Amino acid sequence: MRRRPTGTLGIVSAYLDHAATGPMRPDAVEAMLPFLTDRYANPSGAHRWARDARRAIDEAREELAELLGALPGDIVYTSGGTEADNLAVFAASRAGADPVTVSAGVVVCSAIEHHAVLDPVEQLGGRVVGVDATGRLDTEELVEVLTAEAARREAGEGPGVRLVSVMAVNNEIGTLQPLDRIAKLVRRHAPDAVLHTDAVQAFCWTDLAHVARNVDLLNVSAHKFGGPKGVGALVVRPSAAVRPLQVGGGQERGRRSGTQNVAGIVAMTVAARLAAADREAEIARLGALRDRLLDGLLATVPDIVETTAPAAVPAAGPDRAIDRSGRAAGIAHVCIAGVESEALLFLLERAEVFASAASSCSSGAMEPSHVLAAIGVDPALARGSLRLSLGWTTTAAEIDHALAVIPGAVAQLRRFNV
Amino acid sequence: MQVLVAMSGGVDSSVAAAMLRDEGHEVVGVTLKLWGGDSDSGCCSVSDVDDARRVAQQLDIEHLVFNFGDDFMADVVGPYVADHAAGLTPNPCIECNRHLKFDRLLVRAEALGFDAVATGHHARITAAPTGAPRITRGVDPAKDQSYVLHMLTAEQLARVLLPIGGLTKAEVRARAEALSLRTAGKPDSQDVCFISHAGGGRSRFLGDRIELRPGRLVSSSGEDVGSVESVQLVTIGQRRGLGLAGDGSPRYALDVDVDAGTVTVGHADELLVDGERIGSFTWVDAEARAQVQSGRTVTAQVSAHGEPLDVSAVQLHDPGAATISLTWAQQQRRIAPGQSIVLFDGAQVLGGGMVLRR
Repeated sequence: MRRRPTGTLGIVSAYLDHAATGPMRPDAVEAMLPFLTDRYANPSGAHRWARDARRAIDEAREELAELLGALPGDIVYTSGGTEADNLAVFAASRAGADPVTVSAGVVVCSAIEHHAVLDPVEQLGGRVVGVDATGRLDTEELVEVLTAEAARREAGEGPGVRLVSVMAVNNEIGTLQPLDRIAKLVRRHAPDAVLHTDAVQAFCWTDLAHVARNVDLLNVSAHKFGGPKGVGALVVRPSAAVRPLQVGGGQERGRRSGTQNVAGIVAMTVAARLAAADREAEIARLGALRDRLLDGLLATVPDIVETTAPAAVPAAGPDRAIDRSGRAAGIAHVCIAGVESEALLFLLERAEVFASAASSCSSGAMEPSHVLAAIGVDPALARGSLRLSLGWTTTAAEIDHALAVIPGAVAQLRRFNV
Repeated sequence: MQVLVAMSGGVDSSVAAAMLRDEGHEVVGVTLKLWGGDSDSGCCSVSDVDDARRVAQQLDIEHLVFNFGDDFMADVVGPYVADHAAGLTPNPCIECNRHLKFDRLLVRAEALGFDAVATGHHARITAAPTGAPRITRGVDPAKDQSYVLHMLTAEQLARVLLPIGGLTKAEVRARAEALSLRTAGKPDSQDVCFISHAGGGRSRFLGDRIELRPGRLVSSSGEDVGSVESVQLVTIGQRRGLGLAGDGSPRYALDVDVDAGTVTVGHADELLVDGERIGSFTWVDAEARAQVQSGRTVTAQVSAHGEPLDVSAVQLHDPGAATISLTWAQQQRRIAPGQSIVLFDGAQVLGGGMVLRR
């Protein structure tokens, strides 16, 4: 097997791809096991064993709702982030008469959304709002779009905006969006629209109960905060109605049919509880490790750019620290001139550093990042993008291992200009 | 050795990887993602990547995917379209080998610390009398691919391995079956990998990218004899598709003038020429060029699976001999400009280049 546990035979592995996914919290693993073995009944059943499974979901739902600043009835369990994003955009934007094809209004999203939002918005013929060089939504452009659509509606030429979707934390570059301000603008300029936020990357870095106060729809995915893959949740506040994409047994109050993933739901809640309890301490700990990683790279790798940092700020010294407060503590993103990510990642994996470039397509081939294009990174520089993302198991030894490996790998590739 | 094996998802490169692994090399497989458009064949589809990955898993070797889509567009698809627009008949597989597999990939492999790149081509590398490496015909004459590898220089060949050139196709399939590789029975790829038959084939592909214009068919004496839908799709030597069937003895396209919108047609004997002029000629090494210059007897192959033709004389034009003229031992039908002609010394490739307009 290729995976070497950290420390075995003196080999250090640095897993710096937590934004892709991370290890489960052991307590979450333990919590899910009974539902895979003894307590396996279908929660929709009518007997005692079924009621046992149902009770586990109900308790989990209450706890997750509290962590997400919602009511238990607002929680719709899904198979993960992508399904929840699709449900939010497609279902919230549909008209009643023809639930399949007709959009009840214009859908709007930011240019740096995950494809799970961007693609539904494009399929619905929606509008995409740009971002600035740090990845923050261009709120002036948002207002222009909202007012233009309101005017078209006034003139009987359009249905008006039905949904605005802006992700809480970007998965590639870590930008935190000013959702309070965005919410105010949406309420003012499009009072009939609902606001959705894809918070898949956000749970470990922001208090979502606070975020949820300002939005109508919000979704999380368990495996981004120490839970299992294949389970997530969409918060549907009473201000938003979703029409189901998936119909059948009527589970989740008819909003998402299908037997619930009981074990996953239970484990997700345990992971959420632990991640929320550790949040403040982890933001401080991992933020410091992230700074050490970035400052170390800026100091040792020539022609490297910290993505979204002001270009005028060179390597940070003690008196010229780069302000990283607008980004999630666990994501470090750089672009390295004269290097191709694909080649760099291979050298890094050979040296036991596991990271990623931009989003990957299903074949495993790397595609150019729409996020880097949206924030105006030069396409040639974007070819050398590297995302190093930290999580609850990240140690200082891993950061030091990455810092020891990356400069040499970059130098090796630069000799060949690949 | 550390070897990077280009795995297309076909049976040949699967067996190539297996053989190198069994010889004790440290093998990593790589599939090139070259084309993002619709295609139903070749080495670009997600299902082919799946096949390659699964074979790598079965062989317990690592498998990577490199996205060379931009380079493929710039160096293969773009020139393919531009050549057709100019009335040439390009061979995109040769350009892919030249620019992608044996340039981009070879350089990257070296940068990543690999000693060699291997592919599943049916050809061998043997030593010239001087000891220098030469691309050499594979042992299966029906599958020999030395023609499409003619651009490889001795310098490149020092870092290339062609493990299956010593096997027949039947032997390759038998080995794949013995290893229970899922690609064992996979049919050979035949067509241009980026053009989808389901999507309308070559005419649709080109029609979406350039303006295909109707052309007049004229006889060699200048008389109007018909028309074709798209002058850019006519290849010199072509007989079918000209709408001249059942009209006495068969007639062929003798010349294509895209600017004038005319195709000159005539009988088979009017296609016969004494020789061809070849440009962009690459020699495997200076020794090969010197051999030809000193009058060594060579043969020439003019299509992927054509028979070697006897050459009576080769004239080298410029100092680097990037342009040459050859004279056929017996008159041959004209070769369409843009097609490649490869010179062989017995079974060994000396070099090759592209047929120039007359």
